[in-house]
Amino acid sequence: MTTAIKIEQVHKQFGALHALNGVDLTIEQGEFFALLGPNGAGKSTLINLLAGLLRPTSGNLSVMGHDVMAKYRQARHALGVVPQELVFDPFFNVREMLRFQAGYFGKGPENDPWIDEVIESLCLTDKRNTNMRRLSGGMKRRALIAQALAHKPPVIVLDEPTAGVDVELRYMLWEFIKRLNREGHTIILTTHYLEEAETLCSRVALLKQGEVIALDSTKNLLASIPGKKLRLKLSGALPAKLTEMVRHQDQHDYTLSLNAINQVEYVLAELRSANVLVEDMQLIEPDLEDVFVDLMGRA
Amino acid sequence: MSLINHRFRGPWTLFKKEILRFWRVSFQTVAAPVMTALLYLLIFSHVLGGRVEVYPGVAYTVFLIPGLIMMSVLQNAFANSSSSLIQSKVMGSIIFVLLTPLSYLEFFLAFLAASIVRGLVVGLSIYLVAICFIDLPVVHPLFILAFAFFGSGMLGAFGIIAGLWAEKFDQMAAFQNFVIMPLSFLSGVFYSIHSLPPFWQKISHLNPFFYMIDGFRYGFFGQGDISAWFSLSVVVGSFIALSLVTISMLKAGYKLRG
Repeated sequence: MTTAIKIEQVHKQFGALHALNGVDLTIEQGEFFALLGPNGAGKSTLINLLAGLLRPTSGNLSVMGHDVMAKYRQARHALGVVPQELVFDPFFNVREMLRFQAGYFGKGPENDPWIDEVIESLCLTDKRNTNMRRLSGGMKRRALIAQALAHKPPVIVLDEPTAGVDVELRYMLWEFIKRLNREGHTIILTTHYLEEAETLCSRVALLKQGEVIALDSTKNLLASIPGKKLRLKLSGALPAKLTEMVRHQDQHDYTLSLNAINQVEYVLAELRSANVLVEDMQLIEPDLEDVFVDLMGRA
Repeated sequence: MSLINHRFRGPWTLFKKEILRFWRVSFQTVAAPVMTALLYLLIFSHVLGGRVEVYPGVAYTVFLIPGLIMMSVLQNAFANSSSSLIQSKVMGSIIFVLLTPLSYLEFFLAFLAASIVRGLVVGLSIYLVAICFIDLPVVHPLFILAFAFFGSGMLGAFGIIAGLWAEKFDQMAAFQNFVIMPLSFLSGVFYSIHSLPPFWQKISHLNPFFYMIDGFRYGFFGQGDISAWFSLSVVVGSFIALSLVTISMLKAGYKLRG
């Protein structure tokens, strides 16, 4: 089966700045893939290279087997990109914009039922004849996603799709994107909400300073962090013996790192001997944020 | 069955969108330039009508109309492509076109064709309003059409260049006020260059707008300051040269693709 995305030894320089430094990445069809990294790591540069908005300094990128430079028409047909910024054309309404977008890809009136389906799925039916500039931020975000889907691309890239949206809309978008993935679309997601990547994505690439520093399944990455976290609310200060385990502190609320589960007993014993009462306690599994912090610190 | 072949639907859609874009604000893009041209006509014919006769047997008011029509055609063809590009660049919506499989040539043709349509719509509107009040002869209609087409095409291409180059509205306004306006006002819209001193006559010959205005006027009166065929060859040559520059800028992704 053709790979959805293939990135081979891609470098991108902006003057003296090396934004991407030999990135290799393969994403299979049907994957739900997360591209993570701090600001300036090169995520958006990589997406822009895939979309043809930037040209690589060296290396090759392909979408569904089509080189993004040599076979750009086929590559762009296969790709739908939801940009990060809330951009819109103020002259047209939602449905017009979607029909134009499909038209650029050679789709005519025969594509209208799909456009209406996308509009309905994103709960935009009431707003389909509303001018883009009159939409709220959340509605504009939905319209942007609809635009990326207007030509029915098999691969969809969502660059921070839930940035600045409220919780309700975020969950609605998650469900919609999950549905697209179930229906066979390959999804590539960049996000700052690590919880989002952990919930949705089966595989994760971590970028730092233009290089892939980790590439594995979400499960394996989570398993790579040993131990758990223990969150405590105490009646007084933490005994000195335990301070080296502190990861986070807010007054008498502490988060401790445990190398193994049996350390809980040790912590509780120390608290008892110091006459500090436990008002609340929670044992937490490591999450993608821990992996992220750990890898960023190491690399 | 649709009349538009699947292969041409992409550029056709972009062309249609560009047409709708200016049509949605037709008060600003069509009615306003028609009003401006008619005000020029009213004021200049009131001040100079009866005192100036540029061509024998042609009243000044009548002389003025083709120049005003052509000036409006050129300015609006330029405004269409340039304003659409700068707006979509500044607002970021240009990305919707850049993400598509449209080639640089299709992009060029769609923007160019829409500019030509706007230029011709404005020109035709001024003509239709003017002939309600003034008897305007038409001696060589094919020359009129040829100059209107290639002139608006040339300025449409020039507008794409300006739209690609400018990064903010301020730069675009400078382009319009310091390049397009002087070239169009000093092209012989309001006078014959024979009325100028020899030095300024020579300078006028360096202005491509002069050839467009003079050739277009020749189509109405059968007389002009220089040969209409020569003017046409200058205009067509300039159109081709500017188109090639525009196409090479688009091919290189100048200020569009990094």
